[in-house]
Amino acid sequence: MLLIEILPDKCDFCGCCVGVCPEDAIELKEATIKIAEELCTNCSKCVWCCPIEALKFNKNVPGKETYEKRI
Amino acid sequence: MKKEYDVVVAGAGPAGSIAAKYAAEKGVSVLILEKDRDIGCPVRCAEAVGKKSLEEFITPDKKWISSEINKFALIAPDTSEVIINFAIGGYVINRKIFDYELARQASEVGAKILTRAYVNGLLTEGGQVTGVKYQYRGEQFEVKSKIVIAADGVESRVGRWAGLKTYTDFRDMECCTQLTVSNIKVNADTCRFYFGRDIAPYGYLWVFPKGNSMANIGLGINGMVGKKRPALSYLNEFMEKHYPEASVLTSIAGGVPCPVTLDKISAPGIMLVGDAARQVNPLSGGGIVSGMRGGSIAGRIAGESILSKKPEHILSYDRQWHESTGKKHEIYNRIKETIYKLTDEKYNTLARSFLKVSEEKRTLGSLIKTALIHQPSLLLDAAKILIY
Repeated sequence: MLLIEILPDKCDFCGCCVGVCPEDAIELKEATIKIAEELCTNCSKCVWCCPIEALKFNKNVPGKETYEKRI
Repeated sequence: MKKEYDVVVAGAGPAGSIAAKYAAEKGVSVLILEKDRDIGCPVRCAEAVGKKSLEEFITPDKKWISSEINKFALIAPDTSEVIINFAIGGYVINRKIFDYELARQASEVGAKILTRAYVNGLLTEGGQVTGVKYQYRGEQFEVKSKIVIAADGVESRVGRWAGLKTYTDFRDMECCTQLTVSNIKVNADTCRFYFGRDIAPYGYLWVFPKGNSMANIGLGINGMVGKKRPALSYLNEFMEKHYPEASVLTSIAGGVPCPVTLDKISAPGIMLVGDAARQVNPLSGGGIVSGMRGGSIAGRIAGESILSKKPEHILSYDRQWHESTGKKHEIYNRIKETIYKLTDEKYNTLARSFLKVSEEKRTLGSLIKTALIHQPSLLLDAAKILIY
């Protein structure tokens, strides 16, 4: 389950998050960006490295509890 | 458009355009694919560059020079300000015009350029890279090539698709944000650097003049710091304190990969240049000239490899880069690690003792001498730089 969210209104499409993603899970075109849910491990390195807080880790998403039990 | 080129370059920043130019000058066919619609835009750069090293690759032109630099100001955490004469001199450039000009020069020697062309995969045959897949205006295309040069910047995904481990550890990523501002008082010949735990921990803050009361004001912090507090909040705090009157003409973010060069920057059919290869000077974070140097070496070797029909020749790029620049970067990286560990008190002591040196004698050399007295562990690395 994807717990990381990109806030498009804050994002500058700079690619810093793409550069630190160990899973190559982020795709950035000119001004569109998305995280591939099937690749993302929610490691949050992209969140820590975003210079302008355009990524966030959602602690409370519906269904997260069952997801955590599963893993 | 042709279906096959000798060399395909992914990315039209300075490293990509120079690589294309050097390869095309050898007489081989070159295609540059740029994902954005406009080369040079958006600028993700503080735009300062040393005169001498830049002039190895391009003749200075007023149209892309914003200001000429002959002094550095280093500002310690206690606001002690040390002015250093920078004899060799430097420029703050206008990357929008500069990158455009480099691409134009590459096209002038025969490189074909396409914008809005987003490389999203590699063609391979038996472990050898043989071209790229790309999207152009919503449609998927393929182009074959003997060599792919990945100049895709900090994202560095093209190299990963060839099996090279190109992602940057978050602790080595300098997370940067910058404003280009107008209506401020700033000396047009001085690049200012601010240091300190409250200003830009594990990094620095820069004020680089652009002429006409404008400047690039930005900072970088590493991912460890960013985890606790984002770069933007440090910059906002600085702006409120120092330049509350400034108008913001551009605001950008960006990442600078600041460890040493990747272990492997070539593989069968592919070479990495610029930020994609981590050819940034890890101490200063400067990547324009070092990326151009990497691009020039890669472009030349690519051309030679194709003309001599020796595909394995491109693997000599790793060694040639290392000898020209890579090994210096390893030393710069160690100096960076020492400097970043300095406490605010140590910075202040250094600045105060350096202020005792008369202004005309203040050069980078005498700064290093002063630093050595206070931090002898820098001695070995400084000696190595002088030897190279």
